[in-house]
Amino acid sequence: MKEDKPITVRHMHAGQSGKVVEILGGTHLFNRLNSLGIRPGKRITKVSSMFLRGPVTVRVDRSQVAIGHGMAGKIVVDVEEKKP
Amino acid sequence: MRRILLMGNPNVGKSAFFSRLTGTKVIASNYPGTTVGFTKGSLMLGEEQVEVIDVPGTYTLEPTSKAEEVASRLLQTGDVVINVLDATNMERNLYLTLELLERDIPVIVALNIWDETKHRGIEINTARLEELLGVPVVPTVALTGEGMKELANRIPEAASPEMTERTRDERWAAVGSIINEVQTLSHRHHTWLERLQDASLKPLTGLPIAVMVLAVSFVIIRSIGEGLIGYVMEPLFDRLWTPVMMELSELLGSEGFWHDVLIGNLFDGAVDYSQSMGVLTTGLFIPLGAVLPYILAFYLVLGVLEDVGYLPRLAVLLDNLMHRIGLHGYAIIPTMLGLGCCVPAIMATRILESRRERLITATLISIAIPCAASQAMIIGLVGEQGVQYLAMVYGTLFMVWLVLGFVLNRTVRGFSPEILIEIPPYRIPHWRAMLQKLWMRVYGFLREALPIILLAILVVSILISLGVFDKIAEVTAPVVSGIFGLPEAAVVAIVVGLLRKDIAIGLLAPLALSADQLVVGSVVLTMFFPCIAAFVVLARELGFRGLLMAIGVMIAATIVVGGLLNVVLL
Ligand SMILES: Nc1nc2c(ncn2[C@@H]2O[C@H](COP(=O)(O)OP(=O)(O)OP(=O)(O)O)[C@@H](O)[C@H]2O)c(=O)[nH]1
Repeated sequence: MKEDKPITVRHMHAGQSGKVVEILGGTHLFNRLNSLGIRPGKRITKVSSMFLRGPVTVRVDRSQVAIGHGMAGKIVVDVEEKKP
Repeated sequence: MRRILLMGNPNVGKSAFFSRLTGTKVIASNYPGTTVGFTKGSLMLGEEQVEVIDVPGTYTLEPTSKAEEVASRLLQTGDVVINVLDATNMERNLYLTLELLERDIPVIVALNIWDETKHRGIEINTARLEELLGVPVVPTVALTGEGMKELANRIPEAASPEMTERTRDERWAAVGSIINEVQTLSHRHHTWLERLQDASLKPLTGLPIAVMVLAVSFVIIRSIGEGLIGYVMEPLFDRLWTPVMMELSELLGSEGFWHDVLIGNLFDGAVDYSQSMGVLTTGLFIPLGAVLPYILAFYLVLGVLEDVGYLPRLAVLLDNLMHRIGLHGYAIIPTMLGLGCCVPAIMATRILESRRERLITATLISIAIPCAASQAMIIGLVGEQGVQYLAMVYGTLFMVWLVLGFVLNRTVRGFSPEILIEIPPYRIPHWRAMLQKLWMRVYGFLREALPIILLAILVVSILISLGVFDKIAEVTAPVVSGIFGLPEAAVVAIVVGLLRKDIAIGLLAPLALSADQLVVGSVVLTMFFPCIAAFVVLARELGFRGLLMAIGVMIAATIVVGGLLNVVLL
């Protein structure tokens, strides 16, 4: 099964990885995510999300970043096929 | 005097680095944003004395937040930059380094947290990195001091290589190619710390872990606190200090003005530390005998939680709840600090982005979060009556925090931004650094609180012997007895609460209150008006209008809650 369609970080499953394709929204958000290492081309892995629209945690390089639910919906990711 | 700037991303160990370099003690904690203002110190470089500035952590020189604005402003004033990097996180850290190199200021790079690279499977070719950057690169471990000498020795070599300004994408590309050349990652298995790290962020495992961590913390604090009081402080006072006081009492003729001030009342011919109210009896016993043990216990546990890196995870877990009261999860950090003392807690609200969040957090802390000193007294006084009463006090304050937050969220204008924070890895705390931090905090309590406590007791005993309080009590009786259902004399406690809350709660002891009245009294004293120290920082952090608002909310809330409790309980 291959998922071709890019989805947002909000919709990734915990444990899934993917490459960031695009960051929707203004330059302010772009810059802030950028400085935390989240930018187009980077591979990120979702660690978890809190229920009830809570923050999403992703791993990028060697660090973990917690992202609010709204912002997580603005990061578009090309999801990798999960290794068996 | 030449000026050295310490610059780097948040949480790379700059504060620890600064303490090592200058010998100035500052508090380092494992969450981004420990340093928000800036700290100055000095250092001898050979014969020359230079000034060292710990600049707030920044990811970039393009100012996107308050800390970053401060940083780029300070950059204009420096002569040399020590760029501190987290060696386990080079890729993200190097961006700032490249930005710094483009500026016209000499730079030297410290690869800090070097000790963790090995077990994380990271290998860095520092010689090659030095070539590529064109500035000295020195591995350091700020916690132990390893590499710090070499760094200091090489400061004169700091250089500002010719570099044209690049665009953001070019910089990231350059970072990428540098990393490819100097860093090798070896694959290794996840350590148990990393597994725990993920577990504490997932809702299904994270929430039970959070409940457990908080419960265990509470039990540890309580046992250490009570243990120290029961087995160390009380025996010390009883065996060593009481005889001295009895001698003095006799010397003073067992009565008179000085006797009242220094020793206070005797009960059955003996000193009673909780009720005598003399400067040398109750005045010393409350801070040293009753409060200090809890301060010690609280900051010990808080220090462990901070240095392990648990607090940012708690912030993520609670983000949801906190949003309902207009804050994001990060506000939990100042709030937890508030359980120790309002003063550093209100200062720590600077880690929050918007003024609105700072205002709400600081107001909530000053109203509904009892400090360790008050808690020590509440636990001593109310706990004696039974755990259920203690639960009532804490439950009420928690409800106040929630409801008030909810109301403020609806009424304070503006909006609170979403959470976006880096979560540091778990670290095994370094015991020396931890003890040092504990000592700084305990010493801070003794230095700042002790004089005020003694003063408060002095003022109270003088005013009582002059009969001033009877007058005040008459005037305030409608509120104190009418609304709160407390005896008129409790107004003394409320007035003293303006100086110190622990003493104020101690003043409830001689009033022979019922358990329910003690609950009302403790809640009212906690909520009503900040102590003088908190008042000063509130004014400084919130400005005049913010302060007025906070105090208005405070008075209204106290009267409503005190009145309600009175109706329900008494
Ligand atoms: N293992 C290890 N830990 C370190 C080292 N230096 C600092 N730390 C720890 O890293 C954490 C962060 O240190 P701080 O000094 O607060 O970091 P900072 O850069 O001042 O952080 P901000 O003030 O938030 O910008 C603390 O828990 C330190 O104990 C080091 O060389 N090795």
